[in-house]
Amino acid sequence: MEQITNILVVGIGGQGVMTAADIISQAAILDGYDVKKTEVAGMAQRGGVVTSHVRFGNKVLSPSITPGHADLMLAFEPAEALRWVTHVRNGATVMVNSYPQAPPVVSVGLFDYPENPEQQLADHPINLVNFDAGNIAIHLGDRRLVNSVMLGAIAAHLTLSSEVLKTALLSRFKNKGAEMLALNDAAFEAGKHASLTPTQ
Amino acid sequence: MSVAQQVQSNPAIFISGNEAVALAARDAGCRVASAYPGTPSTEILEFIAAYPDLYTEWSINEKVSLEVAIGASLAGSRALCAMKHVGMNVASDALMTQTLIGAVGGLVIAIADDVGLSSSQNEQDSRYWGRFAHLPVLEPSDSQDAYDMTRFAFGLSEQYAVPVILRLTTRICHVKGLVTLSIPQVKEGRKFTKDPSRLVMVPGNARQRIPLMLERDKTLATFSESCSLNVIEQGSTRQVGFITSGAAYCHVREAFPDAPLIKLGMSHPAPIEMIREFADSVEKLVVIEEVEPLLETELKAAGIQLHGKEAIPRMGELTPAVITPAVARLLGKENTIAAVGVTEVFPRPPTMCVACPHLGIYYCLSHVKNTIIAGDIGCYTLGAGHPWNALDTCISMGASLSVAQGIDKGRSEEDANKNVLAVIGDSTFLHMGMQGLLDITYNKGNVTILLLDNRAVGMTGGQNAPSSGLNIHGDATVKIDFRKLCEALGVRSERIHEVNPYELPTLFKALRDEVKVKEPSVIITNQPCVLTERYAKQPPLTVDTDKCTGCSNCLDVGCPAILVARRETVIKPNGKEKVLSFVNIDSAACTGCNLCINTCAPDAIVPVISTARIDTVELK
Repeated sequence: MEQITNILVVGIGGQGVMTAADIISQAAILDGYDVKKTEVAGMAQRGGVVTSHVRFGNKVLSPSITPGHADLMLAFEPAEALRWVTHVRNGATVMVNSYPQAPPVVSVGLFDYPENPEQQLADHPINLVNFDAGNIAIHLGDRRLVNSVMLGAIAAHLTLSSEVLKTALLSRFKNKGAEMLALNDAAFEAGKHASLTPTQ
Repeated sequence: MSVAQQVQSNPAIFISGNEAVALAARDAGCRVASAYPGTPSTEILEFIAAYPDLYTEWSINEKVSLEVAIGASLAGSRALCAMKHVGMNVASDALMTQTLIGAVGGLVIAIADDVGLSSSQNEQDSRYWGRFAHLPVLEPSDSQDAYDMTRFAFGLSEQYAVPVILRLTTRICHVKGLVTLSIPQVKEGRKFTKDPSRLVMVPGNARQRIPLMLERDKTLATFSESCSLNVIEQGSTRQVGFITSGAAYCHVREAFPDAPLIKLGMSHPAPIEMIREFADSVEKLVVIEEVEPLLETELKAAGIQLHGKEAIPRMGELTPAVITPAVARLLGKENTIAAVGVTEVFPRPPTMCVACPHLGIYYCLSHVKNTIIAGDIGCYTLGAGHPWNALDTCISMGASLSVAQGIDKGRSEEDANKNVLAVIGDSTFLHMGMQGLLDITYNKGNVTILLLDNRAVGMTGGQNAPSSGLNIHGDATVKIDFRKLCEALGVRSERIHEVNPYELPTLFKALRDEVKVKEPSVIITNQPCVLTERYAKQPPLTVDTDKCTGCSNCLDVGCPAILVARRETVIKPNGKEKVLSFVNIDSAACTGCNLCINTCAPDAIVPVISTARIDTVELK
């Protein structure tokens, strides 16, 4: 059986989980791989849990990542990272945006937000990279840049080349003007930098 | 450059199964496509609508949609109709007769099953419709299959003058894979040919058509035995062989790369003799089919020994993680997939959007006592959840009105004083709800109807409907007047109220007044879905923390932009404990709908004064 790379992207409806997965897929295609991508999302745009599976290799059959077999997880929210951490293999890189977002059921006190999710994640046999991508995005001027920050962050941890990933990302903005291109480029680089010098 | 060269120079494109079906329809020369939006099928029509040479429409419901496609086929054009599994229940009346008439221009019916219920009221297996309606069923396994088989389906339909069912599932519709396109065809429409003995299904004519349909079954069964879509993949082991189709094929192939298997691209009529021969070549034969043991039963009836649902789960997707342990048990082997632990994290259920015009309705409904509320299919089904808990039933599209009528007429003495309400959206009302309203007025029911007009099919992404006054392309068209429509359906004009759902006092008053009236009344709300361009954002709000008393009334609105910043437990004069929740507002998400202001007694919710910086929300 050919080696397949399994990437799990997790977060909340509206955060850009599916877009991020799409960009990783495009990069894998540019690198010459067969790729399948799917989302497991019940009514995703209503703030629910969203997971996207990206699988690439010589020939990909099933679109779904078998639990315990994800090689890399990109989590847009710490509690979501905790929810899905059992789906990664031992030694997998887990990239977490530490900026928390509690849903209304937590906000009103029906459920508790997990205590110190970063510490709980660190208890797993994984390579945890954890930083506040939300804050970086806001400092760059737009909360929506978090997507590009996170993609930059995984660049150094992928078998795909970092340049190809950036090309796939920036091609999304080629008709949006030079300013948008520059902003997303900067966000990508900031994420890449942050993932290599984590401040935990 | 010739078309062939263009296609050859075209690299594979990365598209979903739904997009592949759309592209295939275009490339097969399809001229008419229709659908009612429904997950996971919605995008098929959205993609086709982008091709200018095809006529596309959002139909009122799936039966109408299929009838439009039937008409186009009879007029000599290739036609495609798409729907989700529950939509086929609605369309089935037309289907069961159309099978007698058959197709003229290729007629393809794409049915997308929500295997695993990502957003549906039930899980059902549309392959049954092939058996029930005597129609061939094609089952793609990935995007490339979806493209190739859709094109194949049009040809098959014309060759045997038969409508063809293309059975899709979530894991086909919403999986992106690489697809190589083939050379497009252009198909002109043919002239409509009058042929009443075939096209007019009165009993005498229909009786003549049934033997022809049964004859067609036999022809198709023979065709299936040598159909290029049914493929044997010879494995390197003999211990276990599989029969599978659709998405399950990919999962089986991945879980058991060395096992021999039959991939059924045309799963009905099944190639029984091909399978019988295959069965003899393996020690154990296992049918892996998602949802129902349909093939299993057919093959067992044909005398083929095999295993099926006694080992393989009956519901949900059959991913490698599901199949591998099940087959291991069957073979008396150890499971090779290690058990994965579960992390306990709070649930994150879907919620209504920030500033959704339905928030105010459910806020009111959760504060009106002594009610029984029948719900319907759409975003507003979420009113059943926290914090409103304001729906008592949800059955099927358009059922709220008729169910409410049944509750009214069937109520016991104990419920004599209850207020019976029905809640329905605009598109849902037009889809199947109107008939229920007519039933209520005609049979003198006592139901208060909330017609939540947000001018869109909200749940599937805000598609247009006759309530939006725009068609699938966003072009202006007829805009339905619900007041007039309800009047025409027998509601007295004094009992019809149009209210702004953001004006809570008006809404409360209308609700309280109308539940008292012993006749049908309709309260129509009139603000657009926040996902559409018709929604106009206002300046955002924030919380004056000095004024917030922690009463948490605003949290009852259920707006996801209102968050608890801090909790405090206080002892009231009567000695009881009370938890105060001090809130803030995610101003970056807030659109200034002002609903929460209505619920805030100390006037702590105020507009954001400085727009220079975005407030960030701190948790806890």
